[in-house]
Amino acid sequence: MPLLYPLLLSSALFGIGLYGVLARRNAVLMLLGVELMLNAVNLNLVAFDAWFADRLHTGQVLTMFTITLAAAEIGLGLAIVLALFRALRTVDVDEVGR
Amino acid sequence: MTLTELVFLVLAVVATGSALLSMTSDQLVHSALWLVVTLGAVAGCFVLMTAELVAWVQVLVYVGSVVVLVIFALMLTRQTSSASAEVTGNRWIAAGLGVVAAIGLGATMIAGFRGERIEGRRIGTAGSIGDALFNDWVLPFEILSGVLLAALIGAIVISRSGADR
Repeated sequence: MPLLYPLLLSSALFGIGLYGVLARRNAVLMLLGVELMLNAVNLNLVAFDAWFADRLHTGQVLTMFTITLAAAEIGLGLAIVLALFRALRTVDVDEVGR
Repeated sequence: MTLTELVFLVLAVVATGSALLSMTSDQLVHSALWLVVTLGAVAGCFVLMTAELVAWVQVLVYVGSVVVLVIFALMLTRQTSSASAEVTGNRWIAAGLGVVAAIGLGATMIAGFRGERIEGRRIGTAGSIGDALFNDWVLPFEILSGVLLAALIGAIVISRSGADR
């Protein structure tokens, strides 16, 4: 399989995730955009690992670490969003900014 | 074109399309559910790139827990007065930046790695990844468990602190 297929897919997913983070008003969906961007990075790591095929499996092990960090990030992020909702009764980032 | 490449292209189309739907859908829960499709398709791509353990971890952690967490959060923060538009006013700037990022990254990838091929010589089974993880990557693994514990405690503290008032 050409290495470019996964790399281009990950570029597209990263762009879509960036759009989601910047354009979404709901804070929870902003976090979903971040998850999408992290997934694009994972795809890149796995693709380069399969291409480079080193003994340490660096890319795939790092992907596991990224998945763990993404889980930690979404847990903390949703806790902050819930605290925000409790304080202001809204998760709309436009209204929170005002 | 081999069967692997064909399946990969189909999965890539599914992943991109569902990601677009997820980021543009007006229904909040639909967004989360479309993200399940995206993450599942990416897990399929992992399998095709010989990373089977990572694919299962992706299904377990992302599809299994992250999306459930997000759907819980969406339902807990449901607003009584529904916002008129789900996207901000500067959505076109955001769309432009997203397109620029995707094209820039894609052009860099094409310039750097055109013609390279994935051979799939080392298959990432649970055995081989486990060997690498617990022989060579033990220290980062342990540090990461500390990070995860700190994030867990932090999440509990943050979500508890408003409840006493």
